[in-house]
Amino acid sequence: MNGRDSSRALDLYRRMLLIRRCEEQLARGHQRGLIHGACHTYVGQEAVAAGVCAQLGAEDVVFSTHRGHGHALAKGVPPRELFAELLGRATGCSRGRGGSMHLFAPEVGLMGTSGIVGPCILQAAGAAYTFKLRADGRVAVAFFGDGAVNNGAFHEGLNMASIWKLPVVFVCENNQFATEVPFSYSAGNPDVASRGAAYGLPGVAVDGNDVLAVDVAAEEAVRRAREGGGPTLLECRTYRTRPHSEGMPDFTYRTREEVEEWKARCPLARLRVKLLEGGTPRNWRRSRRKSRGPSRTPRSSPRKVPGPTRPPRPRTSTRSRGSCPRRPSAPLARSRSCRPPSRR
Amino acid sequence: MPELTFLDAISRGLWEEMEADPTVFLMGEDIGAYGGAFKVTKGFLEKFGPGRVIETTLSEEGFVGAAIGAAYTGLRPVVEFQFIDFIACAFDMIVNVAGTSRYRWGKGVPVTFRGPWGAGGRAGPFHSRSIEMWFAHSPGLKVVAPATPSDAKGLLKACIRDNDPCIFLEHKHLYRRIKEEVADGSPAIPLGRARVVRPGEDLTIVTYGMMLHRTMEAVAALEGRSIEVLDLRTIYPLDRAAVVESVKKTGKVMTVTEDTRTGSIAGEIAAVLCEEAFEHLDGPVVRVTSPDVPIPFAPTLEDAVLPSVKDIAGAADRLLRY
Ligand SMILES: Cc1ncc(C[n+]2csc(CCOP(=O)(O)OP(=O)(O)O)c2C)c(N)n1
Ligand SMILES: [Mg+2]
Repeated sequence: MNGRDSSRALDLYRRMLLIRRCEEQLARGHQRGLIHGACHTYVGQEAVAAGVCAQLGAEDVVFSTHRGHGHALAKGVPPRELFAELLGRATGCSRGRGGSMHLFAPEVGLMGTSGIVGPCILQAAGAAYTFKLRADGRVAVAFFGDGAVNNGAFHEGLNMASIWKLPVVFVCENNQFATEVPFSYSAGNPDVASRGAAYGLPGVAVDGNDVLAVDVAAEEAVRRAREGGGPTLLECRTYRTRPHSEGMPDFTYRTREEVEEWKARCPLARLRVKLLEGGTPRNWRRSRRKSRGPSRTPRSSPRKVPGPTRPPRPRTSTRSRGSCPRRPSAPLARSRSCRPPSRR
Repeated sequence: MPELTFLDAISRGLWEEMEADPTVFLMGEDIGAYGGAFKVTKGFLEKFGPGRVIETTLSEEGFVGAAIGAAYTGLRPVVEFQFIDFIACAFDMIVNVAGTSRYRWGKGVPVTFRGPWGAGGRAGPFHSRSIEMWFAHSPGLKVVAPATPSDAKGLLKACIRDNDPCIFLEHKHLYRRIKEEVADGSPAIPLGRARVVRPGEDLTIVTYGMMLHRTMEAVAALEGRSIEVLDLRTIYPLDRAAVVESVKKTGKVMTVTEDTRTGSIAGEIAAVLCEEAFEHLDGPVVRVTSPDVPIPFAPTLEDAVLPSVKDIAGAADRLLRY
């Protein structure tokens, strides 16, 4: 790798590492009973969020799904706000009201993760409509799983985006299972990328465990969107190596061997090998000093989330977030060290 | 008699109906090999085969539409929602297509829609809702919400045998927490009838679902007071006669619902009492409900939102002293 490539790769590696470490801590927190409710981790799929979000600027927006921690982190939600949310604290990105599946941080372009599968596809199309009307060059991205592509929202959303030529990228993370239902069973046409043709938009399949490949594919899709070329469907073929949700049984619908096989294709390990092919990258130290975030955050644990341990007050108003004084603990949100650099 | 959990009783009810009637079949997400998110259909695939235990795609509107089509042509589908909140995704199919069918065409749609409802599980705003009134308000649908294993089994059978669409709500907090002896082959329990859980003279508390159990705890805490507890069991059609009969005896009524305040069945009960038993009332009809907010995730917030045993006992005590 030349210097520019390797600093790019390091940036991607850091984004993935941040997600991996945070997810491992959250899983541990769940096992220890510190985190309640469902907790869908992103372990194994890090390359997708990292590769796609690396192509986005702070002004671009992301709509995500129930498995959204990785998207939130990659888009720039500070880990502490994510942890606090899962711990049900007032300092969480949704003030403890949403939990794992309802993350929201519009200030960094995370327009919400959702416990209902599907709608993120439609909302991304709608946001892209705003950007098209305003001609402001922004891009909307929807992340969703293979389960969602059999939902009406997928078909309706892709068609709308196509006829209105919207600046949106639809990222399907095909991890081959919807809970325990194999995609090979649930899909009449298991080639997701080819479904783009049904709506007249380009569909691209990419190895979702190869962050450099995701990066390249996302670059083109985002450029097309930004330049007025309309939507793209990007299918990232990947695998989650942890159970669907923490605490669920894992080897009833798939084998231990299959999981191990995919663990061997770990997107972090694969990039690490590439990075170290030519010895330690020359610019490693320098670039590390420049953005020190991810390499230090992962050591935090759910117990050590800074900020008040006070749970949110049982206030029950439904006032919109706009009218609420937002997060007095602003320094948390602003802690630059935790935020990945926006655009290249 | 076997002792069954709430969940086992539902499972048994389904099983017996499927054995008795070959037109009954199941649809839902992960209900096959996995046995459903809460394991209600564990073992069903092995017993009844993939033709009658249909693993669906993640497309609620789609498979509900298909279920209605199957019901029009001679089958009796039982559709599981992984969490009842997702029934919202199939709203049009249920309220417009299935709900109005008998009135429009004189043809009923024998589909049972069932799934886990309710809060208390730290499951957040999209996995905890009380949705009964969305459908109770929509003509043509029956809404059932049992609170005990035997009621769950008997009422589920009645729903499946009914010739019109029924929404069968299973409180997920009760699934494994309560047990009761329920006979094999127990009969269906008629829909639309409330049950006097405990007779009393001075106050009637009307409730259903998980709140029945909190109410019973509250009543136990108020020992020495003569309180009648009525379990609605069916939300729609509402058993108006049972409520009116009870108030004729006690003169005071309090409702306890997990559902949010505005538009809950509590308001309908108050209206019925005004129309049909006004002269028997010795005090205001008191509603204990959740406030008008979504169910929050944080345990502290969730606990604050739901009516607690203390809330119920306090309100009952005040009304008794009114
Ligand atoms: C509308 C809706 N139906 C069902 C569910 C329950 N559910 C949660 S996750 C999931 C599987 C989703 O699979 P996929 O889209 O492939 O995402 P993955 O979990 O594999 O990341 C299901 C069925 C839901 N959350 N929303
Ligand atoms: Mg999947």
